[in-house]
Amino acid sequence: MATEKLLQIEDLHVRVDDRMILNGLTLNVKAGELHAIMGPNGSGKSTLAQVLAGRDNYEITDGSVQYQGINLLDLEPEERARKGLFLGFQYPVEIPGVNNAYLLKAALNAQRSANGDSEIDAFEFMKLIKDKIELMQISTEFLNRSVNEGFSGGEKKRNEILQMLVLKPQLSVLDETDSGLDVDALKVVATGINSLRDPQRATILITHYERLLELVVPDHVHVLHEGRIIKSGDQRLARTLDEQGYDWVKSEAKTL
Amino acid sequence: MKTKDKEFSDLVKQKYQHGFVTDIEQELVPPGLDEDVVKLISKKKNEPEFLTNWRLKSYRHWLTMKEPTWAHVRYTPIDYQSISYFAAPKNLDDAPKSLDEVDPKLLETYDKLGIPLHERAKLAGVAVDAVFDSVSVATTFKKKLSEAGVIFCSFSEAVQNHPELIEKYLGSVVPPRDNFFSALNSAVFSDGSFVYVPKGVRCPMELSTYFRINAANTGQFERTLIIADEASHVSYLEGCTAPMRDENQLHAAVVELVALEDAEIKYSTVQNWYPGDENGIGGIYNFVTKRGDCRGANSKISWTQVETGSAITWKYPSCVLRGENSIGEFYSVAVANNFQQADTGTKMTHIGANTRSTIISKGISAGKAENSYRGLVRVMPTARGARNYTQCDSLLIGDQCGAHTFPAVESRNRSAKIEHEATTSKISEDQLFYCRQRGISEEDTVNMIVNGFCREVFKELPMEFAVEAQALLNVSLEGAVG
Ligand SMILES: Nc1ncnc2c1ncn2[C@@H]1O[C@H](COP(=O)(O)OP(=O)(O)OP(=O)(O)O)[C@@H](O)[C@H]1O
Ligand SMILES: [Mg+2]
Repeated sequence: MATEKLLQIEDLHVRVDDRMILNGLTLNVKAGELHAIMGPNGSGKSTLAQVLAGRDNYEITDGSVQYQGINLLDLEPEERARKGLFLGFQYPVEIPGVNNAYLLKAALNAQRSANGDSEIDAFEFMKLIKDKIELMQISTEFLNRSVNEGFSGGEKKRNEILQMLVLKPQLSVLDETDSGLDVDALKVVATGINSLRDPQRATILITHYERLLELVVPDHVHVLHEGRIIKSGDQRLARTLDEQGYDWVKSEAKTL
Repeated sequence: MKTKDKEFSDLVKQKYQHGFVTDIEQELVPPGLDEDVVKLISKKKNEPEFLTNWRLKSYRHWLTMKEPTWAHVRYTPIDYQSISYFAAPKNLDDAPKSLDEVDPKLLETYDKLGIPLHERAKLAGVAVDAVFDSVSVATTFKKKLSEAGVIFCSFSEAVQNHPELIEKYLGSVVPPRDNFFSALNSAVFSDGSFVYVPKGVRCPMELSTYFRINAANTGQFERTLIIADEASHVSYLEGCTAPMRDENQLHAAVVELVALEDAEIKYSTVQNWYPGDENGIGGIYNFVTKRGDCRGANSKISWTQVETGSAITWKYPSCVLRGENSIGEFYSVAVANNFQQADTGTKMTHIGANTRSTIISKGISAGKAENSYRGLVRVMPTARGARNYTQCDSLLIGDQCGAHTFPAVESRNRSAKIEHEATTSKISEDQLFYCRQRGISEEDTVNMIVNGFCREVFKELPMEFAVEAQALLNVSLEGAVG
């Protein structure tokens, strides 16, 4: 199981409007692994995340994506989610009027009924999330507010991780979940991510900061540039990037 | 990101779930309207002379009036001569004394509508005055109510048994001359409900009426009169649903509420009339005059309504705040989908000193629908210290629908305080995607957002009704995702 390929992205080409954003991206993620994806602004990291989650308006012109051995691109976004694919959004959206806890419970129950499990009631739900709220240091007051409405940047990100902990996805794609976090919040988020690391699950961590990768140690680090992975390595690559920036990788890629 | 038009139009396809016609024999008066028809209606109902004359006077006045054209709705003109003005279930002569005696076909109809009459009535302790077409055929819980001294019966019964109350209060809130439709209603009204709560009595249960429209081509002219005597309290629930058909149907009801000193009336409506098909064919024309009169000091009238039906809705439940310190409230959710046109709102007329009113209006538009809020807050010179708070929120689903608000204020007392807030929001593609990414379907996401949007109004509804209203809203917005 541990070595099984959970996600296979082959030669993925993606166009938005008239622009090619991903230009032949290949990435294999096995269960149990944590992959970090780094890369300059606009290189296509969020695009990759959105395409994996099934967002409209991205045209896949070439390539394939297999998830759990099936064609991911055939599935609706909610089907992907129910099969354990989770996207931590770079910019979590505010949903006025919708109770945060209600959304979370609805999400959990949608997943449970897709798996043939019974839906859980409000009481069981509160029991289930209690330690997770504590781990994320979210006050219960947040559960009763509207989804992300008026949350600070850091609170939104912690809320994303709370959702991840409750849904226990098999594949988490976290898009800059560390951006905008203070030092303490960063530790909280790292603890959350680490708590879900096990041989069954995998994570793709999109980040600009090596800091997070000291707390959540990746198995692989990739550099995305102009829509393809131009270099892969391990944690040391992240450290080098932190010190030297992307220029050397870009020029290395050019000479190849 | 843009909404895909094709996908959108695919999704905005929702069939009316309660569309069917029951074939109970009808006793019909041939289509057309003249003085003889008015007299015939009155005679068939064995009415006292004062009422026959009142109808005739209303009819004569109606002849001098023109249909209003100012509402933000469009419709093909109504041919008033092609409407049949009286219909009663044929087996009325041997009127049922209890539910067991009710035509099983009728009970079946209620079942289809998800209204298990007897069950609901017993379990929930709700008295149901079931109006089938124009004439009430089943009334329950009469006994418990009469023990409390509450009169709750069909309007026709009230005419026979309490003519003095009818003569005193009928038309005292909505005079026949008030508007075109109230004049028409006053001339030809068929039946409806009557409630009288005596002094100091708290009505022991919610009073509930389910209205149905059934006979093809039969205009419906309900008349409802509710009187809360001094320091009494009553909560009245009205729910509507209609069968599917092709011709547009006219409905012009009049509802009058009278609250005397220290009395309180809560009037809740959940309306689910046939809105017409995806092309806007069929559906109910709903022109209703609803008005409450806070006649006594410290009285309170609150209207709560959830509107999901009708091809055209034209409806302004209003309050006349006559008594000092009286309170008027209006909580409304109006949903318009496909080709529906909803033009609703309220009028608050402050006459007494220190009168207060609150208006919370939530409009939801989807498909190609148009939803308008029209409000008038009028403060008379006598209304020292009057206060009004108005909040109008619109929610758009898709980008082919519209929301309009026409708030108006006429203040003739400088001590009055009037506040108005308005918002328009749209269910965004980002919100939809976010929820779908969490495994929640598009439909459920819309429902979740809509229910959140309406919460302030739903919480004003009696519990049971709130659940129903929520379900109804979900049904009427099924597929309305962009
Ligand atoms: N919907 C869209 N319409 C037009 N252009 C888009 C769209 N989505 C992405 N792009 C463009 O594609 C490129 C890649 O965007 P993407 O958000 O994937 O970058 P990123 O690597 O996540 O950047 P950052 O580090 O700033 O988050 C950018 O130039 C962006 O402007
Ligand atoms: Mg990004």
